[in-house]
Amino acid sequence: MKVIELVKVNKVYDMGAEVQVNALRDISLSIERGEYVAIMGPSGSGKTTLMNILGCLDTPTSGLYLFDGVNVSDMDDNELARIRNQGIGFVFQTFNLIPRSDALHNVELPLIYSGVPSGERKERALKTLEMVGLGQRVHHKPNELSGGQRQRVAIARALINNPSIILADEPTGNLDSKTGDEIMMFLEELHDKGNTIILVTHEEYIAEHSRRIIRIKDGEIESDLPIEKNGKVKSTHPSEKAQA
Amino acid sequence: MTLGGELKEGLKLSLAALQANKARAVLTMLGIIIGIISVTLMGAAIEGLTRAFNNSISSIGADVLYVQKWPWMDTGDDWWKFRNRRDLEIDYADKIRKDATLFSAVAPVVGRMGTLKYENKTANNVQVQGTTSDLLYVTNMGFTEGRFFTDEETRGDRPLAVIGADVADQLFPNQDPIGKHLKVNGLSFRVIGVRSKQGSFMGMFSLDNVVIIPIGRFQSIFGKHFHPSIEARVSDPNDMENAKEELRGIMRKVRGLAPLQEDDFSINQQDLLTSAFNKIAGTIGAVGLFVTALSLFVGGIGIMNIMFVSVTERTKEIGIRKAMGAKRRTILVQFLIESSLICLGGGLIGLAFSYPLSLLVDKVLPTSLPISIAMIGILISLTVGVISGIIPAFRASRLDPVEALRYE
Repeated sequence: MKVIELVKVNKVYDMGAEVQVNALRDISLSIERGEYVAIMGPSGSGKTTLMNILGCLDTPTSGLYLFDGVNVSDMDDNELARIRNQGIGFVFQTFNLIPRSDALHNVELPLIYSGVPSGERKERALKTLEMVGLGQRVHHKPNELSGGQRQRVAIARALINNPSIILADEPTGNLDSKTGDEIMMFLEELHDKGNTIILVTHEEYIAEHSRRIIRIKDGEIESDLPIEKNGKVKSTHPSEKAQA
Repeated sequence: MTLGGELKEGLKLSLAALQANKARAVLTMLGIIIGIISVTLMGAAIEGLTRAFNNSISSIGADVLYVQKWPWMDTGDDWWKFRNRRDLEIDYADKIRKDATLFSAVAPVVGRMGTLKYENKTANNVQVQGTTSDLLYVTNMGFTEGRFFTDEETRGDRPLAVIGADVADQLFPNQDPIGKHLKVNGLSFRVIGVRSKQGSFMGMFSLDNVVIIPIGRFQSIFGKHFHPSIEARVSDPNDMENAKEELRGIMRKVRGLAPLQEDDFSINQQDLLTSAFNKIAGTIGAVGLFVTALSLFVGGIGIMNIMFVSVTERTKEIGIRKAMGAKRRTILVQFLIESSLICLGGGLIGLAFSYPLSLLVDKVLPTSLPISIAMIGILISLTVGVISGIIPAFRASRLDPVEALRYE
């Protein structure tokens, strides 16, 4: 089942003085539930714009975006907020945790905005933090945690509302390579558990953790290819999974 | 997320945000604190003024008309016009009493300052009033002890005195003044009554520093050239206008005025003072509240300023919250609550200060901080909070999540 379907999506930025930038040109793609996709491209390629649209942080200028079969291309701010809240788990390069709040509160955040009562919120946040291995750090503020721990808090936050997709934007960009590998392993596990992951990166070796790489250049899809796994990570390709 | 949930979460977040920036919150509050102090104290002062006036004015009976040379209120006429009027005579009281049908009592009152002595004690600058026994009925005088002089005693010019509460305290501390002989400007009078306490007029001078003696006796001390005012009590307070017309007619007849001649006397009544006071108090109140409201306004600008800073500072946080699914309204409510909390806190602290300050004011002008002013103060500070928070909060709520997330 398709989680994401883009049909001829364009994004045009008005830079004033009648200068227009076509950040995305006629992008069409679809992503199935359970896929692990990497979106790659050099800076200025439009991959960030694409990610913003996929994450419902922005809307396309033209074209159709179906999220879980629902047309979100012309939703208003509040409807988009609801989709982000319930359908999408974000993992950012800079973690984007709220500095004044402890890990628990940061993880709770999406549940607050879905109106989950505070008792249940705490319970679920604790469970999710335990799952990412931070059960002992629930009351630490972000600045009391290491980079890897912060990113795990962010992952816990992304997971807590059982989103349809996890959208990870350069999740290892601010981490040393060892910690970065740990985070990638973690995403791998999430994928194995059946989560749909969209990874945005410009690092080849990070993208190779995924099962399918979509390359963007000058606002267009340059290539969209599945990759075969070699040794290090043991997993089956989604197409094989579908066959099985 | 429901509005109730948003309010609850917004409250938690705002408290945390304020705690994180305590010094800033307190400094911002200062503007509101000062504003609320000045507004409530102004309110209390006006309240005190009104109360003092109402207390004072009650010593001038609402149903008593005063025939005098001078009007109480400035009529815009030339001062000389009043200055050149004929003086009133004591026997006018009898003439009025004879013809009046709408009045229950009429009394002439003359007065001047005198010196009282009792044994080795002296009271200077005491108001000495000469009048007739009718004053008792004109003013509804009350006594803590003794009585007023009778008609016979007035006509017999008996050396009797009724003293005010202050005089009793000053000359007869710890003893019963009744039956004692005091000297008014050297002449001996027997005290037969102590009038009940009247208080002061607007906190300025005491109405109890007085001695009342029969009018004939007054003349034998001070001479006959003192001209009285005539005080007349209206039988039916609802019929003031007719009574006033009757009194005017009688006075014109007494004065022998031709039909087209102007009155050469004034008929004064409490109403005049009350309406004049209300006008003045209204003006003072409006100007005072305007000025103090300005300080609140300045405080409000301070809040707005700091809320803009707060929104800019937390642009990234707003972006994160929006990415996590916070709706516009949720963000709006969060920041509105924050500015309201600052103002509400400022308002409460302001009230905590202005209450003891109002007790200080009370020493000069009897007043109090009525609950209504306190409530209005709180309401005003909340309103200021919402108004000054609305633009920054609105801006925060409209932030583009992509832009906000990119903000460093």
